[in-house]
Amino acid sequence: MQMAPTHTASWGRRALVALLALLAAPPAGAQPRDTLTIGISQATGTFHPNIESMAAKSYILGFARRPLTGHGPDWLPLCLACETLPTIENGGVVLETTPDGKPGMRVTWRLRDDLRWGDGRPVTAEDMRFAWEAGRAFETGFGGAEFYRSAYEFLSDGPRSVTLRFDKRSFDAGSAEGFEPLPAHIDRAIWEADRRNYRSRTAYDTDTTNPGLWNGPYRVTAVQPGAGVTLERNEAWAGPAPTFRRINIRVVENSAALEAQLLAGQIDMVAGELGFSLDQAIALERRARNRFRFSYRPGLVWEHLDLRLDNPVLADIRVRQALMLAIDRPKITASLFDNRQPVAATAIHPDDPMLDRSLAPWPFDPARASALLEEAGWRPGPDGIRRNAEGARLAIDLQTTAGNRSRETVLQVIQGMWRAAGVEARIANQPPRVLFGETLSQRRFQGAVLYAWISSPENVPRTTLHSDEIPTAERNWSGQNYPGYRNPEMDALLEALPQELDAAKRRPLWARLQAMTHRDLPAIPLWHRAEPHVRPQWLDGVRPTGNMSPSSLWVTDWRVR
Amino acid sequence: MIAGRLPQIAITLALLSLVAYLAIGAMPGDPISLAMMADPRLGPADVARMRALHGLDQPLLARWWAWATGVLRGEFGYSRLFARPAAEVLWPALRGSLVLLGAALALAASLGVAAGMLAALRPRWRGAVNAVALLSQALPAFWLGILLIILFAVTLGWLPAGGSPEGGGFAEAARFLILPVATLAIAHLAAYARHTAASMAEVLQSPWITAARARGNPESRIAIRHALPNAAVPLLSILALDAGSLVSGALITETVFARPGMGKLLTDAVMGNDNNLALLALMLVAATTLLATLAADLAQRALDPRLAGRD
Repeated sequence: MQMAPTHTASWGRRALVALLALLAAPPAGAQPRDTLTIGISQATGTFHPNIESMAAKSYILGFARRPLTGHGPDWLPLCLACETLPTIENGGVVLETTPDGKPGMRVTWRLRDDLRWGDGRPVTAEDMRFAWEAGRAFETGFGGAEFYRSAYEFLSDGPRSVTLRFDKRSFDAGSAEGFEPLPAHIDRAIWEADRRNYRSRTAYDTDTTNPGLWNGPYRVTAVQPGAGVTLERNEAWAGPAPTFRRINIRVVENSAALEAQLLAGQIDMVAGELGFSLDQAIALERRARNRFRFSYRPGLVWEHLDLRLDNPVLADIRVRQALMLAIDRPKITASLFDNRQPVAATAIHPDDPMLDRSLAPWPFDPARASALLEEAGWRPGPDGIRRNAEGARLAIDLQTTAGNRSRETVLQVIQGMWRAAGVEARIANQPPRVLFGETLSQRRFQGAVLYAWISSPENVPRTTLHSDEIPTAERNWSGQNYPGYRNPEMDALLEALPQELDAAKRRPLWARLQAMTHRDLPAIPLWHRAEPHVRPQWLDGVRPTGNMSPSSLWVTDWRVR
Repeated sequence: MIAGRLPQIAITLALLSLVAYLAIGAMPGDPISLAMMADPRLGPADVARMRALHGLDQPLLARWWAWATGVLRGEFGYSRLFARPAAEVLWPALRGSLVLLGAALALAASLGVAAGMLAALRPRWRGAVNAVALLSQALPAFWLGILLIILFAVTLGWLPAGGSPEGGGFAEAARFLILPVATLAIAHLAAYARHTAASMAEVLQSPWITAARARGNPESRIAIRHALPNAAVPLLSILALDAGSLVSGALITETVFARPGMGKLLTDAVMGNDNNLALLALMLVAATTLLATLAADLAQRALDPRLAGRD
């Protein structure tokens, strides 16, 4: 067989030229500064603001929607789509009696005059009425229905006036968490045609790029399911103009790939709300502190160990306190997290206005732990593990989410610390789906489980501490009181707290609640997880909030230096 | 043959869908359990309402029957994770996998076959080819992928570290493909090289090859026209199995390079309790593998008429 040298050389040359052309093309990251590319580590499913609760969706919608209210970086409630936060003092909240004689309240919000949907139509009370009606029709499939159950009547005396009547009194009714305008001119017809299937037919998911769905500084212009979202300036937005013409949100679920794309310049910043893990950000900061700005803010995620209080060993408060005293939390946060996340005294966040600052976190005190265990009848055995009078070993199952490297490491450290106190901890981690879908939610754990709760400012922890909220088959396993904590005084506090409208009078109730959880330890508090925000040196104005209102809600403050 | 195999394939797929549905359904945790963890406001009434809304209050078999009859009507259901029709979510991932794995397998097969032929025809190269094959088999895809990213994207800045292009045409799309395709191709190359080398070496010892040489045919012609088609018969089986991976995706490569694809979609769907999406993806993978095996059998019969009489 003869070779065809000319032909082959020609192909070879073409291939080489094509390869060089590919390599010489400008890198994807070299974009003009009117575009910002943000990496996040979670994809969002639905874009509907009221269906399912997801951090990724909340972050993306922060650019493109304005909820009625939110919480600022100072953790105080504020109006976003309304003019003034309603209070008793300004007349926005009026106490009244419901038609059936119960204590109720009436709350009035006045919508901002300049708020418009992306198609130019004003946001009106009709949009709020639609949101209320859809939420009240429980077949619609909105998440938590308690707000809508309580808000029994909608009133409006003008296109910007929205009044809800509630069948109970609550100090946080004015902030109306989760109640936000839905574009009635687009979605009402879809909802009325088939309420039961509205959740799968809403324009938010079938026509996501419709400008009329968005009333924030940006609107969604392209969606790549599971891969990213493109946002462009909303021409109908009348507030302060945002700096960037376009914002690309890229979903990179693997943290190594996220870091690689950041270092390669394909993404400009990583959102703190759902980006790097803390240890990864700390390691990256050591290597790239000159290229990026790193800031850490404790967020709403509270890491803790739930203890199974039905377990006879853990039912003894002395054992629980000893387990607490045997964990050197400052040492763990120093060695694993570079002291970036504060050790928790209780579930209440350090920025929460109701934090009782006189309550110090439990110290690391092995001598006191030992004394408490002795007092509870647990004495050291020949192998160092304590035993009771019947000879039973002091052994506790210890679980967390398998695959979460940070938690698995923490669990191993705790295992060692407890071992030093004479407590055997048997680690049995489970995949998140099993741990959250069954072990915790159906209370199948026997010892301690390390996981996290997401809270919010002045969030009354009824679902985690009230005895009515212990999951059982009879109540469809709803409720989050997984330890099985029962305390009539706590139940009374949890019922009284929401109804106390005077913040000064609520403060001692909150202090008592914190003192009780600090003493009783239904869960061992570890720390408030810090959110690592990584942004380029040239970007100013990003203010992490640490609460459920994402930093993207203040995108109009973001500036190129 | 086809008339006999197609009903078998249909029955296999039906049984597989039932087993997969029951297996996914029997896994701990359902979408509402996970929703309860995410939203503490959900009370007992909300849970009951949402279970009914999602059809989770029905027995597993009834749910499978509803799903299967829906599929026969062309209704593939709704993806819980992506809040879109399952088929609509599937196609971009399928396209991504077909492009990525198609390019990688084409590259791996052509380089592997060429290397295998080289080893068979030029014995002094055998050691080098075996070493390369061994190395490519031994390198874990995630490690190789990260290594390539660090070198070509982070250090040299020549190529993107991953993701997909937003516009930019063919050239831009190709730049994003180079590293993941190289990662996958290197991993698949070894099998083709080794099988080709072994098969070619065996064929080259055949009496009819000696006869061809005696007739004065040049070695290159003997290798390409006579030996390779015969040596290719066992390679078709590998290609058929790899065709299944074209649609099942390459989870590790897709994850490291943050590319949408079937591997990641399938994993997310199973772990995220998205039954409709998981089943649709599984059925597609199974159907493709079964049909590719059938196609490989037909091709083998075409290449080797002795197989035609067997069944």
